[in-house]
Amino acid sequence: MSGEVQAAAVLGGLTESEELEDRRGPQRPRRRRIGLGDWLLPVYVVLAFIFLLIPIAYTFVFSFNDSLKSNIAWRGFTFDKWLNVCNVEGGAVCEAFGNSIVIGLVSTVVATTLGTMIAIALVRYRFRARSAISLLLFLPMATPEVVLGAGLAAQFLAVGVPKDMLTIILAHTMFCISFVVVTVKARVASLDPALEEAGRDLYGSPREVFWRITFPLLTPGIMAAALLSFALSFDDFIITNFNSGSVTTFPKYIYISASRGIPAEANVIASAVFLVALAIVVIAQVSRAARAKRLAAQMG
Amino acid sequence: MSIREFAESGADLELVGIQKRFPGFTAIEELDLTIPAGSFFALLGPSGCGKTTTLRLVAGLEEPTAGRILIGGKDVTDTKAHQRPVNTVFQSYALFPHMSIIDNVAFGLKRRRIGDAQTKAHEALKLVELDHLAQRRPAQLSGGQQQRVALARAIVNRPALLLLDEPLGALDLKLRRQMQLELKTIQEEVGLTFLHVTHDQEEAMTMADTVAVMNKGAIEQMGAPEELYELPRTAFVANFLGKSNLFTGDVVGTTESAMTVDAGGHRITVATARSQRHRGLVTVGVRPEKVTLHAEQPDEVADRNLLGPGRVIDVSFAGVSTEYIVAVPGVGTMSVFAQNMTFGPVAHEGSEVWLSWDVEHGFGLSDEPDESSRFPADADTQSIAVQRREALITELEGS
Repeated sequence: MSGEVQAAAVLGGLTESEELEDRRGPQRPRRRRIGLGDWLLPVYVVLAFIFLLIPIAYTFVFSFNDSLKSNIAWRGFTFDKWLNVCNVEGGAVCEAFGNSIVIGLVSTVVATTLGTMIAIALVRYRFRARSAISLLLFLPMATPEVVLGAGLAAQFLAVGVPKDMLTIILAHTMFCISFVVVTVKARVASLDPALEEAGRDLYGSPREVFWRITFPLLTPGIMAAALLSFALSFDDFIITNFNSGSVTTFPKYIYISASRGIPAEANVIASAVFLVALAIVVIAQVSRAARAKRLAAQMG
Repeated sequence: MSIREFAESGADLELVGIQKRFPGFTAIEELDLTIPAGSFFALLGPSGCGKTTTLRLVAGLEEPTAGRILIGGKDVTDTKAHQRPVNTVFQSYALFPHMSIIDNVAFGLKRRRIGDAQTKAHEALKLVELDHLAQRRPAQLSGGQQQRVALARAIVNRPALLLLDEPLGALDLKLRRQMQLELKTIQEEVGLTFLHVTHDQEEAMTMADTVAVMNKGAIEQMGAPEELYELPRTAFVANFLGKSNLFTGDVVGTTESAMTVDAGGHRITVATARSQRHRGLVTVGVRPEKVTLHAEQPDEVADRNLLGPGRVIDVSFAGVSTEYIVAVPGVGTMSVFAQNMTFGPVAHEGSEVWLSWDVEHGFGLSDEPDESSRFPADADTQSIAVQRREALITELEGS
């Protein structure tokens, strides 16, 4: 899951890292001779980016391929696949995509709710075996997915639960909770307890204090955790494959169709997901910059 | 009193047999205290003396191990923080960072469903002269402004009792003075009962009409500031509230109105009425500014103590006054504050001087001087919280 752990770090750091950039002052130009390092670094950066972006670019470009069955050779440009994305193989791509979205949303909501409650409990309250629980919560992150998936499948079999959407949602919720707890815990720990005390002092009942003070202040952490959960659930293949029975999710569909040539419609959906994610990041950046500008104007 | 309506006036606060234990240590041994309605009461003490714990008990943020808390004659011991007619100005201000200033101030009113919260909040902000910043966020305000918002957020609720937890601690000297004045004015205007917790003796003396000096979880002495200063009853009070020159010795003579103590061969006389103990080993003292410095040996005068000759070992000039440290054989070093009536210091390092003071200005203590008690282990609110957490962790992990 190392790729996902990285994603966790990226999402968790999303809020702070950008602000640093704004504080960096303009750099003073310096005149000096052009040496080896001056061209080596840009070349290295360009190569690294090409390496990183080739698969994405390939996927995107081939979503416009006028392919027949397999989507390997370039046969000409067309918008057909984008316009008729659900018309191939009786809509199997879209059905798989829909399943993934439903599973992602449900397990994100459940895991984020439970994980947030666990995180608050772990930071704010003292109870028996608290540190043991903290440690155990890391286990699903550290355990290889194959082991988790196989273990869960065996349990479902033993209990006699038929494998369908529900078992997938249960499995996803289970491994997402750990990531939510880790993300939200950091946020709870940085919350000044005096703020909640002030809320109680100012006649707020426990419920009002939670919804008006604790929750809004935790929102950035909870949002990051939810995004992370959704991303983890949406692209999980290994655990899903063990526990899905006949239900097909988007990653599972791609895996199955890879053996006989992935249809261009899969590229369309993958590209669309990528574009949506990119749009979210851009919107977030633009609104952040606008907010910073407005704040600066107010201060001035 | 329902929390749905404003308090008509300040209320009495009564603490009866309060004790507070945390796992591992006792913050308050046994505390009985009555604060009359409408007074400005200061709890003064070093960090770790239990003053902040007392405040948190009154606010309802901690539960006492034993004892009762009464506000306006009503027992509130078992009620929660949000049900008490009490508001706190926190040391860290604790303004809600995600709300505008006006929403911060209106928070309490809205929770109590008091009508016209916005108008009342604006009025409170006008009182602290910050209404023009109502739409800003706390992070956009300076420390002093945040402090005033915290004050407005508390007083807008017209609590029967206002608790102030070292609210001026983070401010610079000039702002402090300004805020002290403002607090005092507001207290006189709105007539609430103020309970102010501080480790700053000057702040306590200038603002409060009654000061209680706390040490090691108990009140050492309580009274009007001038009474505490002029007639301290314990060595702790004598040294925590200003400075004192203390002498310990046996009582060697008693008349009807005065007693004489033999301190290292020097005879020091103290008015009987101003002494707590009258026989055996006693500690007597005098404030540095009551002592007069003489460059030549003065004549013995009745009703005046005379010490000397001693040698000046340090002179620190502070503009309006000069502090001289004088080593007197037999009694150690003494501190003398002299107003600079003429130019500059009147004595220099190494000069031989005599010291004298009026018998009426001395005082006799009920205990022996104990220097070690002046700076006990640091235990402000935060470290109490840390200690408490660590104690709980060891407790839980041990079992």
